Amino acid sequence: MMLLDLQLALPEIFVLTTACVVLLADLFIPANRRGLTHLLATLVLIFAAILTARLMMAPGEVAYAFSDTFVRDRFGDILKIFSYLTLAAVFIYAKHYLRQFNLYKGEFYTLSLFALLGIMVMISASSLLTLYLGLELLALSSYALVALNRDSLQGSEAAMKYFILGSLASGLLLYGMSLIYGATGSLDLAAISAGLSGSAGDSLLLTFGLVFVVVGVAFKLGVVPMHMWVPDVYHGAPLAITLFIGTVPKIASLALVVRLLEDGLGNLHGDWQLMLVIIAALSLILGNLAAIAQTNIKRMLAYSTISHMGFMLLGILAGTNEGYAAAMFYTLAYVFMSAGAFAVVILLSDGEREADQIEDLKGLAKRNPWYAFMMLMLMFSLAGIPVFLGFFAKWQVIAATISAGFTGLAILAVVMAVVGAFYYLRIVKVMYFDEPEDTHVIAAPVDFKTLLTINGVGVLALGLFSSGLIKLCVSAFS
Amino acid sequence: MFEWPLLSLLIWLPLATAVLVVFLGQSFETLVRPVALAGTLVVAALSVVLYLGFDSGTAAYQFEEKVAWIETFSVYYHLGIDGLALPLILLTNLIGILVVIGGWAIKDRPHLYLAAFLVLQGLMVGVFAAMDAMLFYVFFEAMLVPMFLIIGIWGGPNRIYATVKFFLFTFFGSVFMLIALIWMYLEGGSFQITDLHQLPIALNAQILIFLAFLIAFAVKIPMWPVHTWLPDAHVEAPTGGSVVLAAVMLKIGGYGLVRFSLPITPDAAATLDWLVIGLSLVAITYIGFVALAQSDMKKLIAYSSISHMGFVTLGLFLAFAIGRNSGEFAGAGLGISGAMVQMVSHGFISAAMFSAVGVLYDRVHSREISSYGGVANTMPWFAVFAVLFFMANSGLPGTSGFVGEFMVILASFHANVWFAFVAATTLLLGAAYSLWLVKRVFYGEVGNQSVAALKDINAREWVVLGTLAFFVIAVGVWPFPLIDMMEVSVSHLIDHILESKLK
Repeated sequence: MMLLDLQLALPEIFVLTTACVVLLADLFIPANRRGLTHLLATLVLIFAAILTARLMMAPGEVAYAFSDTFVRDRFGDILKIFSYLTLAAVFIYAKHYLRQFNLYKGEFYTLSLFALLGIMVMISASSLLTLYLGLELLALSSYALVALNRDSLQGSEAAMKYFILGSLASGLLLYGMSLIYGATGSLDLAAISAGLSGSAGDSLLLTFGLVFVVVGVAFKLGVVPMHMWVPDVYHGAPLAITLFIGTVPKIASLALVVRLLEDGLGNLHGDWQLMLVIIAALSLILGNLAAIAQTNIKRMLAYSTISHMGFMLLGILAGTNEGYAAAMFYTLAYVFMSAGAFAVVILLSDGEREADQIEDLKGLAKRNPWYAFMMLMLMFSLAGIPVFLGFFAKWQVIAATISAGFTGLAILAVVMAVVGAFYYLRIVKVMYFDEPEDTHVIAAPVDFKTLLTINGVGVLALGLFSSGLIKLCVSAFS
Repeated sequence: MFEWPLLSLLIWLPLATAVLVVFLGQSFETLVRPVALAGTLVVAALSVVLYLGFDSGTAAYQFEEKVAWIETFSVYYHLGIDGLALPLILLTNLIGILVVIGGWAIKDRPHLYLAAFLVLQGLMVGVFAAMDAMLFYVFFEAMLVPMFLIIGIWGGPNRIYATVKFFLFTFFGSVFMLIALIWMYLEGGSFQITDLHQLPIALNAQILIFLAFLIAFAVKIPMWPVHTWLPDAHVEAPTGGSVVLAAVMLKIGGYGLVRFSLPITPDAAATLDWLVIGLSLVAITYIGFVALAQSDMKKLIAYSSISHMGFVTLGLFLAFAIGRNSGEFAGAGLGISGAMVQMVSHGFISAAMFSAVGVLYDRVHSREISSYGGVANTMPWFAVFAVLFFMANSGLPGTSGFVGEFMVILASFHANVWFAFVAATTLLLGAAYSLWLVKRVFYGEVGNQSVAALKDINAREWVVLGTLAFFVIAVGVWPFPLIDMMEVSVSHLIDHILESKLK
């Protein structure tokens, strides 16, 4: 029996062991051979992906391990595989940046791998305890990553803010969990769900717990009213870390929401739905309006994240399998697009200064037509213009919202999408309609350029052939 | 008939040519223009094949292609055309050639310019050929991207304001259509346009859906009062951009009304036809007066476009009033056919007028009427064409401009004499602003030095203006093939919309 448990958790065990190996190996790798650490870390991801894919769960198949605290299902496996892929892409993008800015250190890789482990544990959590453990592992690794450039005042400030606010949110979440434990007498998500289906227990206590849980989740997602940290952390962190925070942990946030609200508290759907409606609506409004006022592209993308997470919640609040699948599709699509957008900003940075002002993109279409075109596609995709991936994501969550009966909210969402289109168009405008000021040649390693091309063209290709990804997401919830 | 997917070719061939042109542009710049032209010529040849293979005796959809696209939501890559779509596809592909020829002299990144137009052409054909509402929406929205770039990169001094306004207006309009489409999908389980035509919907829902469609298409047409983006976009756009915008993109709004609003929500359309008719009459008269006051040639033509598109919307929505009045539907068919003819005819005439202004602008770099005077003295051949086009714009019998307007005015007599009276004022107003412009620009003494130095049109411009002149006169003298093409589809549409589909 124990053996089977270990087998189910094989990817996690593998990542844990090899992360330690990378940590040790890096001690003996001289600074000028740092590429080896990069290679090792990438190999970890590749093998983890192989391990997960080989034991991939069929639709509907679920297996529990370690006294029901750990779950393997198709939803989790798909998310894990996407986490590996995204992190591998982050490694490639980040390497170029870290080298230029003298931050090319082994810590980046080990911390990222530990963060990944946290994400995997969250994805596979079937008890409040495991969920919290994974969350904290991810959070602590992220705090440290934000402070990676210890000489940077801005970075330290961002890390401090992130740490304090994050701890507060973790505390709130933990408090909510303990209230729920008090009301239902169990930490196990399935047992909580079963307990709630009968007599509803102490409903006041439950509602209290639920509110705290939702607040904690809202912080991790970075949605209004718990969004304050997002622009500051995105802005203050080194660009490579912003890229990391803006991508992989979003997959974990989705898992957190689905595990907690669907697997555990699905029977309280009526209670949390209204909270999510308000949170989503406010995030859509604030995220999109505030993004218009930004001149710093990191901050702009931070506010756009807030609005995108609001969009993602539209799928969750429907509370149907179609809705969850739509939210999953949205998250994966968003991670894909935002990775590309940050990569373009990295591409333009040159070791002296991060090219994080919108003005730095001026005339990119003349300086480098190809990457300007990639950025154009990424921006139109983020804005939700059809044929690009982002449109199909928006379309599905809006369909889920309408079918849940929130037509008014759907209308608000599309109107806000139009508002959002304005600031994405501004990026295109700066790239295509303005004359370049900075004329130095844009150079990047081959792997970086190849990946960015795949990323940009992928936004179009995955849009044209979105059927496969949609099916995959639907199969996770059947 | 034809085994190969003709409609798909018409959509994807321009797109493939665009990709080819972009890659050629990197190293073989001289090849860019001939390749783009060859692409559009092949597409035009295929359109002729399409026309010859089209059976105008049936209202059924022809040249159908259906492949599953997104199975989970039963979205299909479903193409097909009837008599309402065919003339607009032919128009699109004709304009496609002329734009490439007209853009021959573009200096700034010509490969991107031509590629953008080729992409636009493929997408516009896609809009007319789509039989799946989602597919339609995808083409409808995707069109904004190349147009946004065309105006923004190659436009005039105030191009950024104009192009962002254009994009956001149209995008804003169409998102409501998306909500309506998804709502109907959740009701009926299908995105197929023909299924939506049959889907019974309660009146309240129909009215909301109708309004959602109306916002989307009214912005595109554009109808008063959501027309304000058009004069800006036209003035700032490069000549090719104005030509495509006026000749084809505006027609997509009208086509949307015929394909979606009327047959999907006929009861709501019957209830709210006063709204559309009212807005149309305002557009026809008020915007006509606005056009009269313009000092910028492109702006004048832009306002004249809005006024003429008012005829289209008027013609489309007369059917219900006629049905209520007399119970006989001959006049209703006349209204819709007239609107369709007007769309095609306005496609030729507006393209021609914008090309003519482009010819002058290329030489003098001014769009102000006051910078000209006596152009006919230095450019006699050009003046012949230009006067013909502006005459056609004012509805001169024997030109295509007359046919559509006459049919719509005739139909409006069946509905209400006052409609006809107000609509007919356009003949006066149209003549006034068109002919006054002709007088100030072309006739009289040579106005200034730059006009005196003008050279007459070259062979390339001859081809563009000559082709358009041919079609303007051909449709004016012998409109039968055009009307015949869509007659059956129009009467089928009328049978459909006069039947209630309330739940």
